[in-house]
Amino acid sequence: MKLIYEESLPKRRGVIPPKSGVTCETLVPANCRRGEKAPLPEVSELDAVRHYTNLSRLNYSVDTNFYPLGSCTMKYNPKVNEQISRLEGFTALHPYLSLVPGGPENVQGALETIYETEQKLCEITGMKAVTMQPFAGANGEFTGVMLIAAYHKDHGDAKRRRMLIPDSAHGTNPASAMMAGFEITAIPSDGKGWVDLEALKAALGDDVAGLMLTAPNTVGLFDSNVGEICDLVHKAGGLMYYDGANLNAIMGHARPGDLGFDVVHLNMHKTFSTPHGGGGPGAGAVGVKENLVPYLPTPRVTKTADGKFEVGKADSTKSMGHIAPFFGNFCVMLKAYAYMLQLGAEGIREASGMAVLNANYLKARLQDTFKFPFQDQICMHECVCTSEWQLEKSGVNTLDIAKMLLDRGYHAPTVYFPLIVHEAIMIEPTETESKEVLDGFVESMKEIAKITETDPEACHRAPEKTPIGRLDEVAAAKNMILKA
Amino acid sequence: MSNYGFVPHGSEDLSEMLAAVGVSSVEELYSAIPEKLRISKLDLPAGISEYEVSKKLHALAKKNTSDLVCFMGGGFYDHFIPAAVDAIASRGEFTTCYTPYQPEVAQGTLQTMFEFQSGMCRLTGMEVSNASVYDGGSAVFEAAAMSFRVNGRRRFLVDGAMNPIYRNMLESYAANMNFEFVEVAPKDGKADKEAIAAQLDDTVSAVILQNPSFFGCVDDYTETAEAARKAGALSILICYPLSLAYLKTPGEMGIDIAVGDAQSLGLPLGFGGPYLGFMTTSKKLARKMPGRICGETHDKNGNRGFVLTLQAREQHIRREKATSNICSNQNLCAIMATIHLALMGKEGLYEAAEESAKNAAYALKKLTAIPGVKATFSSPSFNEFAIDLPKPASKVCEKLLKVGIAAGIPLGEFFPGMENALLVALTEKRTIEEIDALAAKLEAALKEED
Repeated sequence: MKLIYEESLPKRRGVIPPKSGVTCETLVPANCRRGEKAPLPEVSELDAVRHYTNLSRLNYSVDTNFYPLGSCTMKYNPKVNEQISRLEGFTALHPYLSLVPGGPENVQGALETIYETEQKLCEITGMKAVTMQPFAGANGEFTGVMLIAAYHKDHGDAKRRRMLIPDSAHGTNPASAMMAGFEITAIPSDGKGWVDLEALKAALGDDVAGLMLTAPNTVGLFDSNVGEICDLVHKAGGLMYYDGANLNAIMGHARPGDLGFDVVHLNMHKTFSTPHGGGGPGAGAVGVKENLVPYLPTPRVTKTADGKFEVGKADSTKSMGHIAPFFGNFCVMLKAYAYMLQLGAEGIREASGMAVLNANYLKARLQDTFKFPFQDQICMHECVCTSEWQLEKSGVNTLDIAKMLLDRGYHAPTVYFPLIVHEAIMIEPTETESKEVLDGFVESMKEIAKITETDPEACHRAPEKTPIGRLDEVAAAKNMILKA
Repeated sequence: MSNYGFVPHGSEDLSEMLAAVGVSSVEELYSAIPEKLRISKLDLPAGISEYEVSKKLHALAKKNTSDLVCFMGGGFYDHFIPAAVDAIASRGEFTTCYTPYQPEVAQGTLQTMFEFQSGMCRLTGMEVSNASVYDGGSAVFEAAAMSFRVNGRRRFLVDGAMNPIYRNMLESYAANMNFEFVEVAPKDGKADKEAIAAQLDDTVSAVILQNPSFFGCVDDYTETAEAARKAGALSILICYPLSLAYLKTPGEMGIDIAVGDAQSLGLPLGFGGPYLGFMTTSKKLARKMPGRICGETHDKNGNRGFVLTLQAREQHIRREKATSNICSNQNLCAIMATIHLALMGKEGLYEAAEESAKNAAYALKKLTAIPGVKATFSSPSFNEFAIDLPKPASKVCEKLLKVGIAAGIPLGEFFPGMENALLVALTEKRTIEEIDALAAKLEAALKEED
């Protein structure tokens, strides 16, 4: 498709902004004005509407296609959530109203939703307090590890500068810990895909700040030694961080707080369906046990005895300060709140159970066709297989299989992640997909496996039915054409 | 069929699937979690129907006063948003997809991202834009961290007239990075260019400026950018994107990194978010920039297409050596801004900016005609200005809120010593009648006994 700039014609107008009718000139002196008007698009309203509507149609999405992207929890996003997040009673509120005298009285409903969302997430995670400030999962991770750093500093233990991170963790974990000033020690996985306990014991010491555990981990397995891992780290004086990107696997069945964790982050755009928006906006709630409450970001919403909601600075002068200017991606949070209301205690538990069942069902039906490195274990919300059998036999790799799936109307699973599985294909079906959809996907995967034997060339050519063919990523990085 | 959770399985499906897996119950699937660590029930209310959810949220929305006449700014403005922005951006094809890791089925997201980068470059006059960061405040931190990666220096000169919340965020984010922030006191409501130039030396990583300043004052920072360059430092300018349709751009000033929040480009105030952090820079610094970047390429048939590029900077590849931990950003907000720029266009955005500034000129004149009220600063402003009242501004604001006017931000809440100052912002949405009413109610409030 043409770029909007290629559709522009001089003097064509879109929407006309309002005019107040004042006649005075602006106060901006000539030397502070731009030389020429910004060369923005010049299209009609219909041109713009048609352009972006047609662009949208080039996307696969949950609303249009099965989207089993591992680790991303691409479940259905209820439309009522979109509707309520657009109510003028929320969207028209200026955020400074929360910080000026008399302001909070005008935003009681908004403050109540924040307070209630935090309370619900406390119960779901088994934590003492939750902040909704972080903008997304990685930002939540950063907030969480900064809280750990603040805790050690406040306890005169600033020498604890090492963060332990299993090699099965998301790439954001080491990147977030690095930004928080930690040195990273990677802990290897054992043959079962779990944390290697001996390696963990060897890594522990009085310079260890904590351990960041993704549970279930990125191979979709729940590490049964979780209690022992928490004990070991706690005994060594460290704190336990729960990467909750995969909370959909356990919510309503187990809680990070009960498992022994001190801090947890959640990806509201995954587990709580807010949705993902093609790369955000997300929301990254962070929950903490009592020991970390004093360090939470400011401001905090509190509830008075007579049921009013107030905005206070955090509990003490120990707060880590602002992570977001106000309350994070508030209108995203509204969707998560509505989602939790609709599901309730039973629905949250059932969503998780069905997500795990769907993943295991796919694994059961595919394990004769594809190699599953941890076949003997029940997986959680996702299953990881590899294309190793196909690669050995006919030279067709995971990327080829991913592209073959696109031609069959499926978004590809996550590929080449986790790094600890060679040629990984990580499949997360989520609870909202029906058995027919899963069966259709299985049939397509089996058909593709057959084609890898009969016509491997066709696999390398894929995709052929998508709006565009396989793209040259090397050329993009080399030519660096980053704007029009 | 389940009553909860949008789960489609009937009981027949359920038994077939459990049998295929080889377990007798869903509970059995959780056997990897030690039983004593599991729970049987959450202590939460039972689920409610879609209708009840909607009713409850409507009631909560009604508890807010959403019809205040808004003169509040401070970095976030009540600008006009064409209906088509949300109408298109809310399409499921845009909202319910993930980050475009499979570009062949994500050209809609990717091309829009490319157009966003193009729009931000055209607006800022810079060469390269990323696909967004979280918000303006985190963008300022990312710019500082980027500057450290460029020159290895840890000292930053910070304009005291920058957004005080962003200033706090900068400290929070960089708390363990061993950075030093040296605040340079503002002069007449904006950065003190002489004082900054005098402090620039070979220990300074970057100078961080804001235009218009938090107090709404505008200036030209060409010389400051040049002075920074001579000291081997970078210049970072916090901008207000809509104003750049009218004001001298960071590109024209020779700034190295322009950042800020693009809320003013089609995003509602939304009680703080989601907003849209942006970062633009020069081509030579592009590889040091954090966040996703979309680039043009082609498929095997020579058709133009778009992909995420320069990914070797990012966390999923470089892990702890990445330029940032950022992963999800504010993509859908960037799509909204892109559609907004197309709908408003070259003339429309200029008019909205100019009209906002004209309204501000009118309001300043009107408000300073009230006995005892005067402009706090003599520096020229764009669409926002501070006025000194004869009384504490917080109390006056509280009174005006009661009559339906959000008169502005009482500056004493953020700047001790400025208790009588009020920061007032105007947009193209404010009418003469609304401005006149603000002046009348303010005058009345000042006359009232406390």
